[in-house]
Amino acid sequence: METLMHIKNRLTDIFEASNKPLLNIYFTAGFPALEDTVLILKALEKAGVDMIEIGMPFSDPLADGPTIQESSEIALQNGMTIKKLFEQLEGIRNHISIPIMLMGYLNPVMQYGIKNFCESARKVGVDGIILPDLPFDEFNEFYAKYFHENQLSNIFLVTPETSTQRLHQIDRSASGFIYAVSTNSTTGGTKDLTHAASYFERLNNEKLNNPIMIGFNINNKENFRYACNFANGAIIGSAFIKMLKESKNIEADIIQFVDSIKN
Amino acid sequence: MQYTVNEKGYYGNFGGAYIPEMLYPNVEELQQKYLSIIQEPSFQEEFNQLLEDYVGRPTPLFHAKRLSEKYQTTIYLKREDLCHTGAHKINNTIGQILLAKKLGKKRIIAETGAGQHGVATATVCALMGYDCVVYMGEIDIERQKPNVERMRMLGAEVRPALSGSRTLKDATNEAIRDWINNPVDTHYIIGSVVGPHPYPDMVARFQSVISQEIQEQLLDKTGKSNPNYVIACVGGGSNAAGAFYHYLDQLDVKLIAVEAAGKGVNSGFSAATTYLGKPGIIHGSKTLLMQTEDGQIVEPHSISAGLDYPGIGPIHAHLFDSGRGEFFSITDQEAFTAAMMLSRTEGIIPALETAHAIAVLENISFKKDDVVVINISGRGDKDLMTYISRKDEFTQ
Repeated sequence: METLMHIKNRLTDIFEASNKPLLNIYFTAGFPALEDTVLILKALEKAGVDMIEIGMPFSDPLADGPTIQESSEIALQNGMTIKKLFEQLEGIRNHISIPIMLMGYLNPVMQYGIKNFCESARKVGVDGIILPDLPFDEFNEFYAKYFHENQLSNIFLVTPETSTQRLHQIDRSASGFIYAVSTNSTTGGTKDLTHAASYFERLNNEKLNNPIMIGFNINNKENFRYACNFANGAIIGSAFIKMLKESKNIEADIIQFVDSIKN
Repeated sequence: MQYTVNEKGYYGNFGGAYIPEMLYPNVEELQQKYLSIIQEPSFQEEFNQLLEDYVGRPTPLFHAKRLSEKYQTTIYLKREDLCHTGAHKINNTIGQILLAKKLGKKRIIAETGAGQHGVATATVCALMGYDCVVYMGEIDIERQKPNVERMRMLGAEVRPALSGSRTLKDATNEAIRDWINNPVDTHYIIGSVVGPHPYPDMVARFQSVISQEIQEQLLDKTGKSNPNYVIACVGGGSNAAGAFYHYLDQLDVKLIAVEAAGKGVNSGFSAATTYLGKPGIIHGSKTLLMQTEDGQIVEPHSISAGLDYPGIGPIHAHLFDSGRGEFFSITDQEAFTAAMMLSRTEGIIPALETAHAIAVLENISFKKDDVVVINISGRGDKDLMTYISRKDEFTQ
C-alpha cells in the first residue's frame, strides 16, 4: 500500500498482503548481551513474528517505564551504540525477510546525523523509524526528505488525548502504520485495555490512510487479541524484555513466548 | 538579535518542544494559554501581591562596601537569599501555582536538585491546598537532608529518583514520567528555564522580577538603572535568566554566567555545560548538552546540587552562542573559598550555587567605577552540612 508519503517497503507491503492480526515485537539492542541482536532477530522470525522494532538504547528514556529503562542501561553498559548496531545489522537481509524498524530517542540519532542515519538504515535493510520525541513539524520541515529518499516509513505515536484534527495531520505525514498508544502512560504498564475501547473505535471511525498498530499495556494473548479487534495488530515490548531477562535459552524461550501470544 | 523566545518557542537555534505525543496535550495547553493567563490583570495583581506579602519582595539591593573595597570596584548584592524559603525559586513557584489554579489542575509535581525548588513548590502547595509530589535524586536526598525534611513538614511527598546518576537530571526524568502517566489533572512545576517550550520562557518571565527590581533600585541608588555587569550562577539558569531578563537588550550591560567546573573542566567531574557540551536534546529542549559521541547524556559533577545538571536553559545556550553572555566556570574549591570569604566579608552565608557567582570576582578585572551586581540566588543554611564536612579538605 502506497501512502500519501509515497513510501513502499516491506512494512507497507505486509499490511497490503495480510488480513490476520500482526504481532510486532520490540526489543532493546545490546540486551541482555551486546551480540544478541542477530540471534534475537533470527529467533523472532523463526517463531512467526510479523515485524520487529529494534530499540536503540538511550541514557535518559523519558517515555519508558522501569523494564525498558533497565534494559537500556544494561545495553549501554554492554557498549551498544548506533554505529555498533548498524555493524551488527550488516547482511541481516540474507537471513531475515520480515519488516524491521528502529525505535529510539532523537538525541543519539541527531548526533549520528539524520542523513547518515537514514542512509545507513536503508543500507542494512531497515524499513521504518520511530522517534517519539521528534516533533511532527520538524519532521516535515527537515527530516521527511531523507526518509523519502531512503524509502523509510516514519511512524508516529497517537494517544487517547490526541485530537481528531491532529490525528489527521499525523496520518498525512506518516507511513507504515500509526502507533496507537493504548493509554497515556510510560511503557510497561498493565492497565486494563477495555477502558480504551471507545478510543480505539474512534480511531477506526476516522478512516485513516495508514493501518493502526496498538502498543503499551499489551503483555499476553488475551490483551493482544483484544487489541487486534480494533487494529491491524499490536506491539509487545516490556513483557518480551522481561522474558529475555530471565531466559537461560533465548532461542527456545522466544519461540515459546511468541507461541503463547499467537496460538 | 533577539534574546527572548520567538513565536515558535526558540532562542536562536535552541529551545523548541521535543516531547513524545503522550506529553503533547499538556504542553500544547500551556503553549496556547500561558501568555494570556499571566498577562491578565487579575493574575498580575494576585502574583504581585503574593510576591510582596508572602515572599517578602522587593528583596534588597545591598551595596557591599567591604567586598567592593576588596575587589576595587562597586559591588551590589541582589538579596534573593532573603526571599521566603531562602532562594529565588519561590518567584517561579508562586507564578506557576496560580497558573495551575487557572488551568483547573488538582495535583502538583516537581523535580528538585538542591531542594530549594522542591521546598518552594511544597510551600506554595501548602499555601494553596494542593497535593504535591517532589522527585529528588537519591544522592541529593542524602546531601540536602534539611530541605528534604522541610518538604515533608510542608506536607509534600518526596520520591527518590533511583535511575542514572540519581541527581537533578534523573529527578527531572521521573517527574516527566509522572506527568505522562497523569496527563489530565496534574501540573508539572519545572524549577528552571529548561524543558519544552513554553517552560523556559514562562519561568524566565516569573523570575524577571529580579532584574526589574535591580533596575529600579540601582536607579534610586546610583542615578543609573544599568550596571556594567550582572553576575549570576547557572545550572539550568533560572536565577540568571531572572537577573539578566530586563538587560538582555541593554548591550552596555555585560551578562556574566558562571557554571560549575566541579573538580575542573577537564577532570571528567564537571558540570560546565557551555565548555563541555554540544547541541543536543535534554528534557524536551534543544540546547547545549554534555554527551558522549554516541549522544548519551553524560553524568555531571558539582559540589552544588543545584548546578549539577548536564544541560543548560536554551536561553543561555543562545546567550553563549551569540556572544551576548560571557561564560565562566568555577571549581568546587573556588566556590567553597568564595563562600567562606563572603561570610566573613559581608556577614552573608551564601548557598553553594551562589558561591560560584561570587568566586568569579577573582577572574575579572573591574574598573574602580564599574557597577557590578551579583545575584545572591540563595542562602547557605541548606549547605551547612557540606560546609562543615568538607572544611578541612578545602581550607588546607
